[in-house]
Amino acid sequence: MSGWRFERPPNLPLPRPTEEAQPFFNALKERRLVVQCCSNCGALQHPPRAMCGSCQSMTFHWEEMSGKGCVYSYVVTHQAVHPALAGHTPLATVEVELAEGPRITSNLVDVPPEAVKIGMAVEVVFERVVAGVVLALFRHSGAADSAISN
Amino acid sequence: MSFSNAVAIVGVGETDYSRASGRTELALSLQAIRAALDDAGIEPREVDGLMKWWVDTSTEAEVAANLGIPDLAWWGEVNQAGNVGAPLVAHAAAAIHAGLANVVVIYRGVNGRSGRRYGRGDVTGQGGRGVGAFTEPHGLLTPQHGLAMVARRRMHDTGIASRHFGMQAVAQRRHANRNPRATFYGRTLSLEEHQASRLIVDPFHLFDCCLETDGGGALVLASADRARELGKPLVLIRAAAQSGPGVGSPAVRGAKRLFDMAGIGRGDVDVIQIYDHFGPFVLFALEDYGFVDDAAPLVEEGGTDFDSGRLPVNTSGGHLSEAYLQGINHLIEATRQVRGESTAQVRDVRFSFCDTGIGTGSVILERGES
Ligand SMILES: [Zn+2]
Repeated sequence: MSGWRFERPPNLPLPRPTEEAQPFFNALKERRLVVQCCSNCGALQHPPRAMCGSCQSMTFHWEEMSGKGCVYSYVVTHQAVHPALAGHTPLATVEVELAEGPRITSNLVDVPPEAVKIGMAVEVVFERVVAGVVLALFRHSGAADSAISN
Repeated sequence: MSFSNAVAIVGVGETDYSRASGRTELALSLQAIRAALDDAGIEPREVDGLMKWWVDTSTEAEVAANLGIPDLAWWGEVNQAGNVGAPLVAHAAAAIHAGLANVVVIYRGVNGRSGRRYGRGDVTGQGGRGVGAFTEPHGLLTPQHGLAMVARRRMHDTGIASRHFGMQAVAQRRHANRNPRATFYGRTLSLEEHQASRLIVDPFHLFDCCLETDGGGALVLASADRARELGKPLVLIRAAAQSGPGVGSPAVRGAKRLFDMAGIGRGDVDVIQIYDHFGPFVLFALEDYGFVDDAAPLVEEGGTDFDSGRLPVNTSGGHLSEAYLQGINHLIEATRQVRGESTAQVRDVRFSFCDTGIGTGSVILERGES
């Protein structure tokens, strides 16, 4: 897989987050991966919601994640089921389970679609896609892959 | 006091299924409703309740005006996705049992191929808005993307494989090959053809994905007492359940409610219909509803075939091979199995099970004494 490099289809939708979710994307611009954290009970929830599902508190802060995790699942798009995908398949999309628990949707920058596997150890990289928009992507890390993530 | 066996499905009907209906979605719905009312032997003027798929473009008011309903007493929708068929049956049965309506029509009419195509990300996507902000920028754009993600993980966890999905697709195609209404009536499918078919969103091959269909379907519900006056085979709603967000699989939670209400066991069910927007979810549902612990050996032994299988599944061909009408065709087929009118009829059906969407809703129908 040496030399392969993810090229994001340039016409994929850009994030247009709700006001509630905006801090997640603001933090990405500062190269920080954050997740909504309940200030009352400490539960993490992603995507963010108005109320904590564990204790019903509505007071939150944003907790910085280690950026480490592993591939929980993945799909590979072969048919251009959206105009933005035309000429850009196969495209692998992964669900990364962060070490802290939450799962986030992303892409792997250094693993070609046919080599993606569940359990791969990954770590976050930040990629500016257009002016003012940074996305959290992941690279295969040096840590040992787990056979079964939970 | 539940509505178990107090309400019946008294009529079913559908239009032809095509890729280009040349009719409006309203016209498709009306045509299907008229067929279902004719089947029931009930005049449109007797209808006083209407329920539709919340995504349906025709309003209850338009349908009522077109049918010449003199007094629409009750109507409603269930909002989620395409998977609301059994929940609509549950709501309608509850309304009839509560005396809010006497004859309720449930309908779905859609130009799913020539109109809005649900498999297209530019149709069903959110343009990066809402929770789509977290998924669409990375290429998760359509219903099949999210479901493929679930399927891939389940394959990893349980060892079920694409060839098992293929075996179920082949079983359903055999059923469709007996059903003149089915889109794939005249086209066979082998396991090799399934495995060789192109990948759409890996792990889904082409023949794991539902059809895109123009068409309409309708059900007519009334009290069991009214049903007995109609002189047709009696199809009672033994149980119905809805299951939404919560902890764990909606099917697992919904199944408990459904079988508790029915007062029967999994082994009492004679024939099964399961919502198959994507074929792998048929096998997942068989496990989640508790029919089998592991669906792989079941399909390896041909266990879902209508004539030789121990658990016949999707006997009209389902969404994969009959038509994609968001579960109303499954409810129609579940009813026909009880009446003995299926083109892939299972012998001596008493209990007919139907799921209308990854556990979100399910019904058990029972053959009653007329
Ligand atoms: Zn909390």
